Amino acid sequence: MDYLKKYPKLFQWLFLLIIFFALCFSIDVPETYKFIRGQAEFVKDPNQSTYVFLGKEVRYYAFDVFWRLPPLLGWLPIWINDSLFFLMNEWMPMEFWNEDTQEYKTRPLVLEISRTLTSFMTFLIFLIRETLLGGLETIVAFTSWDWIDKNPWAELPGLPWTIVAAGFAILAYKLSGKGLAIFAGLVMVYISIFGQWKPSMQTLSFILVAAPLSFIFGLGLGVAAYKSKRVEKALYPILLVMQTMPQYAVLVPALVLFGVGDHAAVIITMIVAVPPMILLTLLGLRAVPPEVIEAGRMSGCNNWQLMTKVLIPTARRDILIGVNQVIMVCFSMAVISAFIGAKGLGFNLLLALNQLNIGLALEAGLCISLIAILLDKMSLAWANKQTDYFGNLTFYQRNKNSLFFGASVIIGIILAYVGTFIFKDTFNYLFEVPHNKGISTADFWNKGVDWIFDTFFVYIKAFNTWLIVEVLQPMRALYLRMPAVATLVLVVGAGYLIGGIRSALVVFGLTLFIALSPWWDRALVTTYMATFGVIMSCAIGFTVGTLCFQSKRAAAFMLGVCDIFQTFPSFVYLIPVMMLFGITDTSVLIAVIVYATIPATRYTIEGLRSVPAGLHDAATMSGVNKFQRLTKIEFPLAFPHMMLGLNQTIVFALFMVIIGAFIGTEDLGQYILKALSDKNGAGIGLTLGICVAFIGLIFDNLIRTWVGQRKKHLGID
Amino acid sequence: MSEPVIKCENVYKIFGANAEKMLQESNGNVDAKTFQDNGCIVGVNNASFEVSKGEMLVVMGLSGSGKSTLLRCISRLTDATGGKIFIEGQDLLKLNNKELIDLRRNKMGMVFQSFALLPHKTVVENIAFPLQIKGIKTEDSISKAMDMVKLVGLDGRENYFPRELSGGQQQRVGIARSLAVEPDIWFLDEPFSALDPLIRKEMQDEFLRLQEKLQKTIMFITHDFDEALKLADRIAIMKDGIIEQLDTPAKIVLNPATEYVRKFTEEVPREKVLLIEDVMDTSITEDVGDLKVSKYEVIENVAEKILSQEKSVAVTDENNKVIGSINPTKIINTVFGGRKNSN
Repeated sequence: MDYLKKYPKLFQWLFLLIIFFALCFSIDVPETYKFIRGQAEFVKDPNQSTYVFLGKEVRYYAFDVFWRLPPLLGWLPIWINDSLFFLMNEWMPMEFWNEDTQEYKTRPLVLEISRTLTSFMTFLIFLIRETLLGGLETIVAFTSWDWIDKNPWAELPGLPWTIVAAGFAILAYKLSGKGLAIFAGLVMVYISIFGQWKPSMQTLSFILVAAPLSFIFGLGLGVAAYKSKRVEKALYPILLVMQTMPQYAVLVPALVLFGVGDHAAVIITMIVAVPPMILLTLLGLRAVPPEVIEAGRMSGCNNWQLMTKVLIPTARRDILIGVNQVIMVCFSMAVISAFIGAKGLGFNLLLALNQLNIGLALEAGLCISLIAILLDKMSLAWANKQTDYFGNLTFYQRNKNSLFFGASVIIGIILAYVGTFIFKDTFNYLFEVPHNKGISTADFWNKGVDWIFDTFFVYIKAFNTWLIVEVLQPMRALYLRMPAVATLVLVVGAGYLIGGIRSALVVFGLTLFIALSPWWDRALVTTYMATFGVIMSCAIGFTVGTLCFQSKRAAAFMLGVCDIFQTFPSFVYLIPVMMLFGITDTSVLIAVIVYATIPATRYTIEGLRSVPAGLHDAATMSGVNKFQRLTKIEFPLAFPHMMLGLNQTIVFALFMVIIGAFIGTEDLGQYILKALSDKNGAGIGLTLGICVAFIGLIFDNLIRTWVGQRKKHLGID
Repeated sequence: MSEPVIKCENVYKIFGANAEKMLQESNGNVDAKTFQDNGCIVGVNNASFEVSKGEMLVVMGLSGSGKSTLLRCISRLTDATGGKIFIEGQDLLKLNNKELIDLRRNKMGMVFQSFALLPHKTVVENIAFPLQIKGIKTEDSISKAMDMVKLVGLDGRENYFPRELSGGQQQRVGIARSLAVEPDIWFLDEPFSALDPLIRKEMQDEFLRLQEKLQKTIMFITHDFDEALKLADRIAIMKDGIIEQLDTPAKIVLNPATEYVRKFTEEVPREKVLLIEDVMDTSITEDVGDLKVSKYEVIENVAEKILSQEKSVAVTDENNKVIGSINPTKIINTVFGGRKNSN
């Protein structure tokens, strides 16, 4: 009894676990239950039950309610689909003036909006793309195809790569200095001589449209949410879901609304990149000290000046993290949106992965990552830039950079012109190195992969088999063995014990949605893969983080490494693991582990760092040794922050698991991928995305609630 | 007497959802307790006073006494719930947004306890900020700001960022910024409270030097009674939103109006606060020695001289005309005598 009084929470948790296991053991697996057939496959089978709701027929395999809930939400994907179709093709037809045919045409409103948006995006992308690579589309946008036929000279010529490279280097120099300038120059030269110029510039043109637009919208909406409680309340649930929604899932609905191509990719990227920007803007603005605002007001700022000159600059730190996120998401999407026909490096990467040409994939992946790092560093440098008022500068000093750029334009053009004579019979390498005509290391890598396979095949295979048979399969079976009721009880119980009735209700709602969707089994598989990844990531991340924390240098170095790794688009992680493990669950899981270890490590170091120095001294004076200090002082205090890291780790892991479907997994991701090529895919894709988002949100809710209480308890913040 | 620069009439500030309604129903008889029971918090309770040109009014009170709220009502960073505030005869609460911004750009400057500097701007940019907000050209505003940098003694550090400065230096920047537009009215909200005692004393002296030169109309907020005594022309002591007493330092020390005020005055070294005129006899006796002291002298500075005399000492006014006398025993009584009946 004493124990019970001393540790009431512990016993409550034990009690919960006992109920959970009792439920698991008392409910048998129905004999007809088989995973692969799933529950709602939309194939007719006499064993299936059906019901009709809202005019939609849903077929499913009926089980005992305790084992699996019936897919009462099975109509939702079909309904979403139909609604989208209706919205696009029938809702609110209106008369619109058509420029080409010079007449009024009747079109549904949403379709017209989508088309207008689409052509605007396309124009922006092509404007940048053709400045870099040359082309006709931009001029066509102002004139017409007929006009171009009559005036064959009218074409944007595109810049020689030397000029673009010099331009980037000079811009980098202006923003930051020599170091970044050299890096920028090297990246550009590398891209060019390795024959990745064209796809890289295509990707770049996509990003130069998507990133600024996402930034502007995110900032604007963030400011609106800061100014008006109502806007914030309306935005918040969407933001929350979008944070944990896998980027894949947005593809399909966007496909329906905006069609295929770069413009759709930009819009999807904005959908994904804007929410974190909004959240971070809001966070930053909220954290501005009230006295600074008052100081701004007393300086006579009007509302606009207060926002642009006081609030936003003061909140710069958080807004910068937002910019960083936007760039990360953009590059991630640059690859993913290749699924819906965006051109560029991502397309090449996917193609190479599909053909199992690891060497090519590696080259494309490296290019994307390098450009990502470069843009990230440049945007940071831009935001940190200061003006100097006291330099009494000459005209040359003031316009040094512009002059240099002008000079490089002239030199570049001359070089390109000279190139036409040197490379008379081949390509003009001084203008543009054509795709796959540069140096390629693909063969080298492919041979390397072959060599690894030949040499280590036995070991890799053995490891692979062991992992799958001894660890993964049993774990998967365990997850699938859980009756739905037991899972619900466990989750809701955990919610209640952590956050009381409110939390319990929230997680109950989220879990119920997944349980009533047709994909409960798949969701379990997703969860199992994510769980395995998260456990391993945390084990590695917490250990590495703790070890690095012991030395200031190592910690700084590790944070830098995390920064760089985080900039890599998620797809890039699949390349090396496929090199080693081929197309198996192991590959996916290793990619998940590597990817999700980043936040785990980062948050561990940051958490340990945030322990106040005063406490260190106090601990040292009480005579603790290093180990004691770690276990008694630093861990308990850093733990809440580390748990936030766990939260991020879960989100990262889920994303990667879903992307892993590309290699072939049997979870929700597989269905999302399938939905891409399904004409009714929009509803399915979206619902699946929501399911994944909800898995993330369940953990998010539990962890955040716990962290909040713990922080209050410890008096941090 | 000319028109007061700041004039408050029955100013109330009450926080809470239905503050205005409750204030109307109370007919100006606000009881903090009843308001609190109804979910309202009384910040300022019936404040009426005037500040005339070139005067420094120090508002003194402990934390939560409503002194900062009062200041924010007068600078209209927050809107008063009731009452009237006049700035140079203009009804502050009737100004529209544009007029208010105009007023702040040209007439008001404010210094904050936590300095409230803009972290992304250098010292000189911070100081030039109000000027640039006004729309003054960058070059002009920077050169004007450089003058302010010199005024507060930060030359050579104009390109530093706030984070690179000590607390005292940061507050110098805050002071310079508030003075950049050459305001007539100067609000200081506990400007020296976040500083070390030594720096604080230095800044107080610096502040007095500046004020001597600039002659602004000042409202100065502090929770430090010594600081109030040192700086003020008049002191308003606040408690629970109510101004308990508003008077010159000497009169507050000599005649504390309430028990609360008396507690503050107990420990005060009188010789540092009181002037000769506060304790002299206005009747002119024949029996005075050769020594003459000005009625404006602080007792501390002349006590030794007076005590070395056998007879009473003549007190003179600014025209060197004898207007009274002071007996050495009076000095001793004032400094060492019983606190309550020293008068």
